[in-house]
Amino acid sequence: MSQATIEKGINAFKEQIDAPVAAFFSSCVSCGMCAEACLFYTETGDPKYTPIHKLEPLRRVWEQEYTLTGKIKKLFGLTEAVTDRMLSEWQELLYDSCTMCARCSMVCPVGNDIAYMVRKAREGMVASGNAPEGVRMASTRAVRIGSPMGVKLTSLQAQIRHIEADTGLTIPIDVEGAEYMALLSSMEIMNFPEYIGGLAKIFAHAGISWTLCSTAFEATNSGIQIGSSDIARELVQRVVDGAERLKVRAVISPECGHAYTAIRWEGPNLVGRRFTFKVIHILELLDQLRASGRIRTEGLERECMTFHDPCSLVRKGGVIESPRNLMNMVTENFVELEEHGKWGWCCGGGGGVSSNEEAAGLRHKAFRRKKEQLEASGADALVTACANCRLVMEEGFEGYRVEMPILGLTELVADHLVTEEGSGEPPEKR
Amino acid sequence: MANSKTLGESLRRHGVTRRGFLKFCSATASLMALPPTMVPAIAAALERAKRPSVIWLSFQECTGCTESLTRSHAPTVESLIFDHVSLDYHHTLQVASGEAAEAAREAAMHENQGGYLLVVDGSIPLADPGYSTIAGISNVDMLRETAAGAAAIIAVGTCAAFGGLPKADPNPTGAVPVSEIIRDKPIVNVSGCPPIPVVITGVLAHFLTFGALPELDRYGRPMVFYGQSIHDRCYRRPFYDKGLFAETFDDEGARKGWCLYKMGCKGPMTYNACATAKWNNGTGWPVEAGHGCLGCSEPDFWDAGGFYNALSIPTSDVTGTVVTGAVAGAALGAAAALLNRGTQGEAREKHATVTVDDLEKGV
Amino acid sequence: MSEPMDFLLLVRGTGFDVALTIFVIGVVLRLFEIFSLGRGVNLAEPRGREFGPGMRTILTRNVPDPHTFRRQPLTVVIGYLFHIGLLISLLLFVPHIELFKETFGFGWPGLATPIVDAAAVITIIALLAALWHRASNPVMRRITRAEDWLVWLATFLPMLTGYLAYHRMVDPYPLILGLHLLSVELLLVLFPFTKLMHTFTLFIARWYNGAMNGYRGVQS
Repeated sequence: MSQATIEKGINAFKEQIDAPVAAFFSSCVSCGMCAEACLFYTETGDPKYTPIHKLEPLRRVWEQEYTLTGKIKKLFGLTEAVTDRMLSEWQELLYDSCTMCARCSMVCPVGNDIAYMVRKAREGMVASGNAPEGVRMASTRAVRIGSPMGVKLTSLQAQIRHIEADTGLTIPIDVEGAEYMALLSSMEIMNFPEYIGGLAKIFAHAGISWTLCSTAFEATNSGIQIGSSDIARELVQRVVDGAERLKVRAVISPECGHAYTAIRWEGPNLVGRRFTFKVIHILELLDQLRASGRIRTEGLERECMTFHDPCSLVRKGGVIESPRNLMNMVTENFVELEEHGKWGWCCGGGGGVSSNEEAAGLRHKAFRRKKEQLEASGADALVTACANCRLVMEEGFEGYRVEMPILGLTELVADHLVTEEGSGEPPEKR
Repeated sequence: MANSKTLGESLRRHGVTRRGFLKFCSATASLMALPPTMVPAIAAALERAKRPSVIWLSFQECTGCTESLTRSHAPTVESLIFDHVSLDYHHTLQVASGEAAEAAREAAMHENQGGYLLVVDGSIPLADPGYSTIAGISNVDMLRETAAGAAAIIAVGTCAAFGGLPKADPNPTGAVPVSEIIRDKPIVNVSGCPPIPVVITGVLAHFLTFGALPELDRYGRPMVFYGQSIHDRCYRRPFYDKGLFAETFDDEGARKGWCLYKMGCKGPMTYNACATAKWNNGTGWPVEAGHGCLGCSEPDFWDAGGFYNALSIPTSDVTGTVVTGAVAGAALGAAAALLNRGTQGEAREKHATVTVDDLEKGV
Repeated sequence: MSEPMDFLLLVRGTGFDVALTIFVIGVVLRLFEIFSLGRGVNLAEPRGREFGPGMRTILTRNVPDPHTFRRQPLTVVIGYLFHIGLLISLLLFVPHIELFKETFGFGWPGLATPIVDAAAVITIIALLAALWHRASNPVMRRITRAEDWLVWLATFLPMLTGYLAYHRMVDPYPLILGLHLLSVELLLVLFPFTKLMHTFTLFIARWYNGAMNGYRGVQS
């Protein structure tokens, strides 16, 4: 068994630094605007949470290894080396207080994609053994057991039996040649199984052939969260193998935001080749089905509802319009948050923060930003499309004693499907 | 030869009336920025002043300074003063030559030991004294010898004041100004190429009136004449402020009399009285004639870049520097790029695959 | 006796040459350093394009998101005032344009000098405000390194000396003009090796940001 060392960590930094990173560090003028986009700073007022500050170890390696002045400084001992102690100190900054929500990347005046660099910096943190314990455990479970929460196939099968009993529909597993292979997140299996029921209803309604895969049902990718491409690759490979074994046309990412970015955007780059299948987010698919008239809904939610954009879906995933089209399809009083879409605020639990127990207190504080915007919206209920966001916000509401039900958008759509052939009116629209 | 006649007597002999004399005194006062109350004092002083003996030495020069002074129009203040001084030695103007001329100089020095004014035009070669000699005497020796008994020295023209053209890069004769050789006598620098005639007579009038030299600037020039820049006194200054410039010597802007900055006018860095005293009996001055100031009253003006290049343009070849720099930068950049790729490639080769077994630090 | 003039000739000649050489070599070198690190080919199926969104981000980052602006208006206002004032002073002052014309072979019309003067005053005030803000704002204090102060000084000195030279507040003029040029030369020398490089690299950074996000269908 090998071990993590600072040398490996610095080597990883050196590997990760590319032209964009060099351009970003060259451009930073220390203006501090990124702090205003970071909920960990805005809610604590502690300047150490300034996003660009979180990248100091990576910046230092860049300067020392890839710039003439840095090399000269290093030669004369004018620059401090990145040490294991420094990285330990930065663990809180790169993990506990960063969800990689990329809001800072949207506001940086010189255009620095800070989240892109945090993702890269975590590679060095992992290689040097400086990832937080909770995140390490999640990765270990994901690789060894198949899910970061330790959900095994047998647990899934048990849930499926319940759902099948409830809905009277079949949940197909390992059906070769199905059009779509749906992925799930552990949280959906354990905490929100209604999502799976929702899928079954929608696909039955739209007449779509789909399947789950016994060897690749888990969509979440702890490797992305901890920041290890090697681990992430191993996990993505399972999905690729499963999809290719079942010869599906497309893989459906569940609502879970980071799962989507993992399989959709990082996946092909991790395995080093283009996929032979398409990857589509469930909301994108539902929106396509809505547009083509393959799903029809009836009735509108009367309550005032708002929508929380999971960061990984909007800023990092590009799924921006679909949830709005779907919200308008099933609600009559949909209000946007003051800052929404690509400008939405993070729930505070992404990027591995929710699986990092040490960060729980900070996460709770940071959630206040979202809570206040949700309250200001005047909505009676909150809809979102990410099991992790949902769980984090439910916990947050509990802590702040806010009474606001949280719904999953897919289930909401499933609930409004026209049940009997021909009986429903075309969905009303506002 | 110097005689003991006073200035008042001399002027009357030349038919100058009392009224004319007072007018001259007022003009002198105003020229030197003295209050009108000083006019009687000036008149009294000048009335009593003795005709001073002046020895004029010409070294590495072009005679332009002498031309400038002698061509000034009569009857001006300068001509009045100039007619009055006893110019005992000036090898361009004097009739005597050879040994007789030198004898005149020595006689003047002897008779007025410690009281004569020494006027110098031209710079002094130090690389080889043989570059410029008069009657077999090198410039530097003649200057030292003549300066020893002088009351004060007036370095006329930029050559004598700052080295001028002979000192221009690469200064083949090792030319230096008077001030670098003579350090123990008061020196007034009346720079300009040539200097304005009224300036030298003004200095003379001051010397005669007060028995001392006028207040000087850091370059040893009379503040009264060199206190303000051409730019600040230029009648075209409003066009500079409005951003209206002549682009060529025959364009619309040039015809309309716009600012000549872009045509290389060195007015902003040049301190002189041209804009107010003017030339040719007050008829005009270079900028009024449509040509930018060359900066001729400033040290090293010959080396201050092309006369037709704006002051803000460096004297070096900027385009060449940029091109050379870019080529050198590309060469060095290619080397740096190779180094960076090497570091990055090495790091990728050294990459040890991270598995979940490698997540903890070694103890 | 003629030191100020010697000094002016030195900074207008050799000094400028040396500074400009270091500047050009440095900038080119830095660009090589950056681009040599490359960028992996993205194998994910694109949702959008890279080039256009990258170019758009270059433009859109000039304007802050309104909500972020409200959270930290001072940084934005100071930043705008200082940058605009600096650009006016640098690019629209006729003597400067003459220098660019000499270097690149083409020029452009300048502004009346009182306008440039006003811009310079605004720039100087904004720079002083920026200094105060950097020293007092906790976030900025935390992320400020020695280099940030140096860069501030290198930017401030040419503005200050330029202002003094234009108003002829220091005698003799060649001295202050020389100091102005010297401060510009200091700026040129420091430029490639400090974050002053952002003048050029921000376009690269913004493009990468816009392109990488554009690929995923997000206009950043």
